[in-house]
Amino acid sequence: MVVWTDQERAAISGIMGGLVYEDDGPKALCRCLIVYPWTQRYFGAFGNLYNAEAIKNNPQIAAHGTKILHGLDRALKNMDSIKETYAELSILHSEKLHVDPDNFKLLADCLTIVIAAKMGSSFNPDIQASWQKFLSVVVSALGRQYH
Amino acid sequence: MSLTEKDKATVKTFWDLASKRRDLIGSEALSRMIYVYPQTKTYFSHWKDLSLGSAPIKKHGKVIMAGVGEAIGQIDNLTGGLVGLSELHAFTLRVDPSNFKVLGHCILVVMAMLFPTEFTPEVHVCVDKFLAALTLAISDKYR
Repeated sequence: MVVWTDQERAAISGIMGGLVYEDDGPKALCRCLIVYPWTQRYFGAFGNLYNAEAIKNNPQIAAHGTKILHGLDRALKNMDSIKETYAELSILHSEKLHVDPDNFKLLADCLTIVIAAKMGSSFNPDIQASWQKFLSVVVSALGRQYH
Repeated sequence: MSLTEKDKATVKTFWDLASKRRDLIGSEALSRMIYVYPQTKTYFSHWKDLSLGSAPIKKHGKVIMAGVGEAIGQIDNLTGGLVGLSELHAFTLRVDPSNFKVLGHCILVVMAMLFPTEFTPEVHVCVDKFLAALTLAISDKYR
């Protein structure tokens, strides 16, 4: 079981509390689709992804980015049982969506970059460490049900 | 994932801006790498002080960013231009290449922090590609 210090919990909920899901979610997903273009393979049904401008203006991508952060919210609210909380989501990503689990880390890194840009110097190394620990637990839980 | 002429131009333009704070980028990125990825501490057991922004970290951060600057100057032929650096890392330092990725990530985080407006997704992808190409060039002599 993952052990979280009080400091880590505070850092993580602090970051999530400062996020605007409808803005930062889309920013993170767009960045992922632009920086790692092969991730676009999972969004064939989402319309125009032809270039960075199209991606940034795509309403379906924006809606999905928001959805992702709401999903991350569930991990925040169940920090002591992220594996169990995400079991169904993991099965969904594996069996229905067929997402290569390596992609979870790519999106996580893009979200970290968006947060770093937003928080500037207050995203100090301590906070970065706690945040990346949280994301690595989330990423691991999402990949857990793959077989 | 080779660098296009457009990628190179984007990297150079961004570096014109970012290099003004190269020392801070180096110190911050190295501090974060050591702090967020404790396995990297194994390469610095000879330093007395591994705390954030310590003197050895500041000094070495400068060395690393000087290397990045040199690489940008050699951007048209990274493998050829960085033979010396590659040999150093391959035969003397023997840093596991997975750590270059980790340091690269920390450099990107610090760039986003310091230049939130300029470090757009379009710039991010070019810089990420450059750091990946730089990693390949430094790893070239490993085996």
